[in-house]
Parts: sequence; structure tokens; C-alpha cells
Amino acid sequence: MRLITHNMLSCNIKGVANGFPLKIEAESVIEKEVDFNPDFLRHMFAKIEWKALVEAARSLGYSELPEDSPAAAAEDESLLKKLHHALLELHLEEGALVCPETGRRFPVTRGIPNMLLHEDEV
Amino acid sequence: MWFLCVFYHRLLDFRKPEVEALAELFGEDESLLQWRLPEHHHNDTPFHFVHLSSEEIARNIAKRSILVKGMYELWGQGSSYEELKDSIQTFPDSRKLPFLAPDSTFRISVETFGKALTFDEQRERINSLTYIPFQGKVNLKKPDHKFFIIEMDESEENNGLQPILQRRIFFGREVGFADRKLLPTFQLKSRTYLGPTAMDAEMAFLMANQAKATSGKLVYDPFVGTGSILVSAARFGAMTMGADIDIRVVRDGRGPDCNVWSNFKQYGLPMPVALLRMDNNLPPWRSGLKEIFDAIICDPPYGVRAGGRKSGGRKILRGTVDPYTVPEDKRSDHIPSTGAYSLVECVHDLLHLAARMLVMKGRLVFFFPVLRDENGSEVKFPEHPCFKLVAVSEQILSSRYSRVLLTMVKVEPYSEEVEEAARLMHLEFRENHLKWLEEGNIHSSVFKPSDSCQVHTDTKSFKDPKPKYRGKYV
Repeated sequence: MRLITHNMLSCNIKGVANGFPLKIEAESVIEKEVDFNPDFLRHMFAKIEWKALVEAARSLGYSELPEDSPAAAAEDESLLKKLHHALLELHLEEGALVCPETGRRFPVTRGIPNMLLHEDEV
Repeated sequence: MWFLCVFYHRLLDFRKPEVEALAELFGEDESLLQWRLPEHHHNDTPFHFVHLSSEEIARNIAKRSILVKGMYELWGQGSSYEELKDSIQTFPDSRKLPFLAPDSTFRISVETFGKALTFDEQRERINSLTYIPFQGKVNLKKPDHKFFIIEMDESEENNGLQPILQRRIFFGREVGFADRKLLPTFQLKSRTYLGPTAMDAEMAFLMANQAKATSGKLVYDPFVGTGSILVSAARFGAMTMGADIDIRVVRDGRGPDCNVWSNFKQYGLPMPVALLRMDNNLPPWRSGLKEIFDAIICDPPYGVRAGGRKSGGRKILRGTVDPYTVPEDKRSDHIPSTGAYSLVECVHDLLHLAARMLVMKGRLVFFFPVLRDENGSEVKFPEHPCFKLVAVSEQILSSRYSRVLLTMVKVEPYSEEVEEAARLMHLEFRENHLKWLEEGNIHSSVFKPSDSCQVHTDTKSFKDPKPKYRGKYV
């Protein structure tokens, strides 16, 4: 699971109001090189919850992203490169996503987050 | 500029929408694109004229398309070779001469539709073109300019077309042609990981074209299965993302080298940005997330070959709100039961997802099943206030039912008011048009035994039930 996915997901157990951002429990993190596509990143930059991304990247051991959402990321190539690395190249291979409100663990196995709810959660 | 657009004679309903989608992708002005039929031709003919603003756009469309056999600059046409000659001679020299220059190379080929010509007959036709002042050298392998004589006779019985009154001959210069080599490369029989409803390569590419998948775009398939649709989108350079409710399919596959990832690896395509397991009925998107996908392409489970599932199985089965509680010690390995997910709900959730998550002008491309009704009653498709239906292409699967590829474009931003309007629209649709699609019905209609069990005493009339004219039934 890449952090772009993490940035889109929340815990949707019935009644949970603050299911975002999910905390990351990392057991195994890998890096895979991906082609750099600035257009795609510019589009994504506008949609990203920056704080959640910074925190998530840190929990995978990458702390190069600036704390505050940069105003002019679209023109800043070096920042786009960092964004690229954080969003697309870091993979949570094994671990879990934990709901900040209820502590429910959504397991991540072989890179695939399992977001399906139990019968008593829907 | 008008071009002669010659199609492959298959998936007839899909041909024009593909060209239209690609025209938009390559920046064609929507209002400029026009279609015209050759004289005495029927809409199902493989020959169409299309108006586009430049040769470059025509070339790009042809190159990327699956169903365009070729785009040609038409130099002349007629119902006989005499008429063709007159027509070519009146085509302005200024348009012809640049392609006839002494330092260029060329080739003339003869193509036919619904008939075959011997080599001698072909040569005879090529030699009759002496009135065109070719100055260049012939090069059969790699010519600068390719010319085509395309001939079809008045339809005889079995050329797969409706009777067309007149013979037609076209002469033109090739501008571009489809790269169908993609299809043998991506054919399903050489795909490592397959499921029962994997989308065949040709259709998957057509869907990706309808969705205008291209570099820098994010394409999502909420019913990803073995990834057969996303593979085609990735081939065209798009970033892909897929979800499925069945964890065995997305996570495990059939082993480490036979899963969704390996299907991408097999063709050297970039891996999906994400694969996740989730329920489309209860998607875990964070609140506030919207307009993130450029296209959503999918083949929803409509219960003929595979049925949909959603969360909350036991609850639905028992019909009570009384909670089923998973014991604390079993939670980590618990496999939640799922309940049936009817097509009505599924389509509703899909439109809702698309309305919220597609960028403006983003495309939703999906299959919708249609029972083939002899009475010819009008089929009504699902609607949503955010979407405009731009293409409807039917693929007939059996005498009972077909599936229709719907292409919708997001034209209105999503808001809460829109959501309320959508809800009412959905209720109305559900009430009036979807009763037969409710759980189980479609499956039983498709598979119920034929009721034409009357004894056929007249063997003659029983002999030939298939019409000669295949039309879009191909």
C-alpha cells in the first residue's frame, strides 16, 4: 500500500466520526522506483491532506516533507520529487491501519489493505 | 477536412463512439466532428466519412483506435471505374501533387469488402490508374505514401451488410491505421491470472478508449477482479487503482507469480497505484475526498456470470437489526460474511461514487445488462443529475440478453442538493424500470429454458433461423 492510498482512506465503522487519518503500524516497508510524472503529482497535490501525508511518511521512516503544506508546490521540482517519493515509492507491505477513534486494526497484507468491515460494524 | 474512415466489420455499435472519444482525447473541437455516409450506404457499413480539423488528429485517432482499419484522404469515389477516374481527376492538383513527387516512394494496394479479387484482377485495377501522374518510385515495403483502392460490390447475399444498392469504389491516401497488434499480445489465453469474468482484450481496450485513459490520468475500477480492464488502461499510460470485495482475488491470486500484479508485470506495465479490498456499498473514502479519479471503468457484477456481494451478510439473512457480534478472540482472523448485492444497488452506488470522485468532465464507463425484448420496448438506462450519457454501445451476448457499454461524462459538480435529486431519480428508476433487474431475475431470464417447445412440423421454416444479415450481431 502506497501513501496515496492511505491519504484517501478512513475508518468507516458505523458511528465513527473521526476515522481519518488512520495510524500506520509498519512491520515491513519497501521502496520501489516509479516513473516521475509531474502532471499527475500536480493533480494529486491539490487533493492531498498534507498533514496526514507528512505523518504517514514519517511513520514509514521518511521525514523530508515540510511540515506545512507548501503554497507553490506545482512549480517546485525538488518538492514534487519528494512528494513523488512519499506518495508513490514507499510501500507498506505488511502492517496495519489503525482507526484513531476506535482502535480497530485494518490489516495490510502483501501490500493490500483490507478495509472490509465485520458484520457488527456496518 | 473530411476523411474516409474504414472500420473493421465488428462491434458495430462501438465504432463511432470510439472515434468520438479519441477525437476528444486528441483535442478535437467537439462541434467540428461530423459523420456522413457514402451514397446509398447504411449505418452499419464499414465506410464512413468523418470530419476532423486536421490530418494529425485523424492519424492519432486511427493509431490509438481498435476498430478503425484506416483513415484515408479521399481522392475520388464512384460506382464504376469510369466514375472513379472522373472523380480523381477533379480532386485538386494542389492536394495530389505533393504526394506524387519524383523523390518520393509509394505503394498502391487493393482492398475489398465482402468479395475477393485475384492477383491479376488487382493488378488490372492498379494499372488502370495511369491517369494519376505518379512520379515517385514504387516501394512495397516502406513507402512514403500508401494509396488504396477499396472496392465493394452491390451487396450480395452474404457479405454481412444490409443490402446496399450500389457498388462503390474509393481511392485514397492512407493517413493512419489501427495497431491491432495489441490484441494478440494482450489476448486472454496468454494472460497468467484469469477469472471467470475477465474482460477480453479488445473490449478492455475499447473501454479504456471510451474513458480517454492516458498518461497522467488516474483510472479506477471498483470491481477490479483480475485487473483485466486496468491492464488496458495502464497500456495507454494511465495510473490505475482497483478495489474488490473478494480478498482472495486481489491479495492471493493463484500464487506469488499468478495474481493481479503479475498480470501487469507480464506486459511490463507499471503496477496499479493501489489495490484494496473494500465494499463498494460502504466505501471507506475519507470525508472531503472528491474529484480525484479521471475515469472509472468497470464491469459490475450483474448476476449472470458472477453476482455481487456486500457487507453485512448475516444481518441481511436474519432480517433483523439485532447485531451479530464477532467474539473478541476471533476478530483478527474473522472473515465477514457477505450478502447479495443487487444490480440496482450496485448501479446506484457506482453512480454515487462517480458523481463524487470523478473530476469534472471525467468519464464513467461501465457495462449494463439488457434483456432483449422482442416487443422492442425502449430500454431506459440509469441516470444521475451529474452525468450526461454520451455513448451507448450494445454487444449482443445471446438471443436473451446483451450488455450495453455506457459512457457518461460528469457535467455537474457534486453537491448535497444534487445528491437529493439523484436519490429521487434513482427511486423513480428503480420503481419503473428496474424491477426485472432485481436480484435473481436477470439470471433466471437468461437461463430459463426456452419456451419455444412447439413441435416444428414444417421443417423448411425451421431450417434457417439466422438472418443472412449479421449487422451488429457480429
